[in-house]
Amino acid sequence: MVAQTITEKILASHAGLSSVRPGQFITARVDRVMAHDITGPLALAQLEAHGIDRPFDPERIVLVPDHLVPSPTAQAAQAIHRLRAFARRHGVTFFEVGRGGIAHILLLEEGLVAPGELVVGADSHTCTLGAVGAFATGLGSTDTAAAMATGEVWLRVPATIRVRLEGSLPRFVMAKDIMLALLAQIGLDGAAYRALEFVGSTLAELDLDERATLCNMAVEAGAKNGIVPPDPRTLAYVEARVARPFTPVVSDPGADYLDEVVIRCSHLEPLVAEPHSPARGRPVSELAGLRVDQVFLGSCTNGKLTDLRVAAALLRGRRIPPHVRMVVTPATQSIYREALAEGLLEVFVQAGAVVTGASCGACPGLHTGVLGPGEVCLATTNRNFRGRMGSPEARIYLANPAVAAATALTGVLTDPRAVVGGEGLFV
Amino acid sequence: MGTSLKRASQARLVGRAHVYGDHIDTDRIIPGKYTKTLDLSHLAEHVLEDLDPDFRQRVQPGDILVAGANFGCGSSREQAPLALKAAGVAAVVARSFARIFYRNAINIGLPAVEIGPHRIRSGHRLEVDLRAGVVRDLTQGEEYPATPMPRVMLAILRAGGLVNYLREHRDYRLGDEHGAP
Repeated sequence: MVAQTITEKILASHAGLSSVRPGQFITARVDRVMAHDITGPLALAQLEAHGIDRPFDPERIVLVPDHLVPSPTAQAAQAIHRLRAFARRHGVTFFEVGRGGIAHILLLEEGLVAPGELVVGADSHTCTLGAVGAFATGLGSTDTAAAMATGEVWLRVPATIRVRLEGSLPRFVMAKDIMLALLAQIGLDGAAYRALEFVGSTLAELDLDERATLCNMAVEAGAKNGIVPPDPRTLAYVEARVARPFTPVVSDPGADYLDEVVIRCSHLEPLVAEPHSPARGRPVSELAGLRVDQVFLGSCTNGKLTDLRVAAALLRGRRIPPHVRMVVTPATQSIYREALAEGLLEVFVQAGAVVTGASCGACPGLHTGVLGPGEVCLATTNRNFRGRMGSPEARIYLANPAVAAATALTGVLTDPRAVVGGEGLFV
Repeated sequence: MGTSLKRASQARLVGRAHVYGDHIDTDRIIPGKYTKTLDLSHLAEHVLEDLDPDFRQRVQPGDILVAGANFGCGSSREQAPLALKAAGVAAVVARSFARIFYRNAINIGLPAVEIGPHRIRSGHRLEVDLRAGVVRDLTQGEEYPATPMPRVMLAILRAGGLVNYLREHRDYRLGDEHGAP
């Protein structure tokens, strides 16, 4: 038997093959297909315009309005209604406003992805789902429509780059910093068309939220998928959520890797990526003092419960000064509820932040925190491309939730290690 | 979209080049704020507006966009190739493409052609010969071989896009080695 990576094994099993090799073209069966309110209406239009009205299996399709909820415009309402109507007609799962959130985090929470499964989604950050040891990749609307119609997708088997994470993360250093460090090292296309497989001793201390951040930003290096091989922690997470049978797989000893990148996590500092590229990460200490107008805590990268806890621990009992504003957007409604129960939302509001409903929020520049010309934003998101969050004249810096909270407390880029107190943090 | 694209994908495309750099992301091709409706007619008005505000005025139907590495990185929005196509761009030539953009472009019938290092400048007349797999700079008299496209993508492009392709073929299978270039 050929030694294979976890990615190769999942692709082989879904293509009905005993093994696959990098570069091979396969037609793979999909376990789940996701689309949201920006990409979904276009996918459904492609289906309907060409008379393909019936999805291959409604139970495997999930539609999640997350970019434009609650609708900021009548047109957005119309687009979302298109998803809702399709879901009703075919019995497809649809997450209504107030019961959903950002698709990728929602699919993890709801057990709609399990180890060894293959998921495609009409969003580039679908790769987030690799956190539970699944193969997950982003597609455009037409490919997604085809997957909805046929239950299959064609893929070229990617070669795998192994990312070895070594050592314990220092205080205030998070998975976000691992990814900013990786991107600074390999660049925006350093993993183009490849799989990124995360291994190493650091993983033992990363919960599923943090693993999701690793896989989430794989696409920022151009990767097809990011994946964390399942371990007991994964299985504990998944078994609480998934009732159907699934088959976890891990890489074989002796599997072939295209390359290995080592990140010495114990040596990392909190990083900040300068405009206009996620690959422009530098230690926060080098940028400390830069004036910021808005801090955004949220997104599929860093709007999870772990992220809100880290930020709230720094903000508790403190006030955000008048010249800076902070927007907090929990990734999903269940994170919102949990943050409410734990008192985290009260911490944010008492500190002077605004807390919005669960959505993608300000990250894609559509509402609840769009930036004006000349404004500077420190965001916990994944992309600081020019114009991403609004005006092309705005400047976006990316960082982890601890840096975001410390920066909100001063109005200038701030190393969380410089903020007095903050005891009791677990990262 | 079918017929004209079918023609386009079989013909040699000749047009003026508009040359840009590396890592042009989809937010710069079409900002997210223009993607929140089903009305695609306005996409062309805003294509590349943050990168090159005059592009919309200069572009002629049949022009060819030329870029560096990793063109179309970032968001999966299919509105990016749709906006280019709606603006009249006949093909995109780049050193490399981000994978989702590449699939999206082919799926909507917009040829995306990968070539090596080149000396193409804005304003040069280009010929993209999909059948021969070359890009010719007619102004400079230079020729650049294109990276062969996977067979499945070539077949999708020839059909005028993925929807037409699937109507004809029902599935992706083109034989045992259906994808190899």
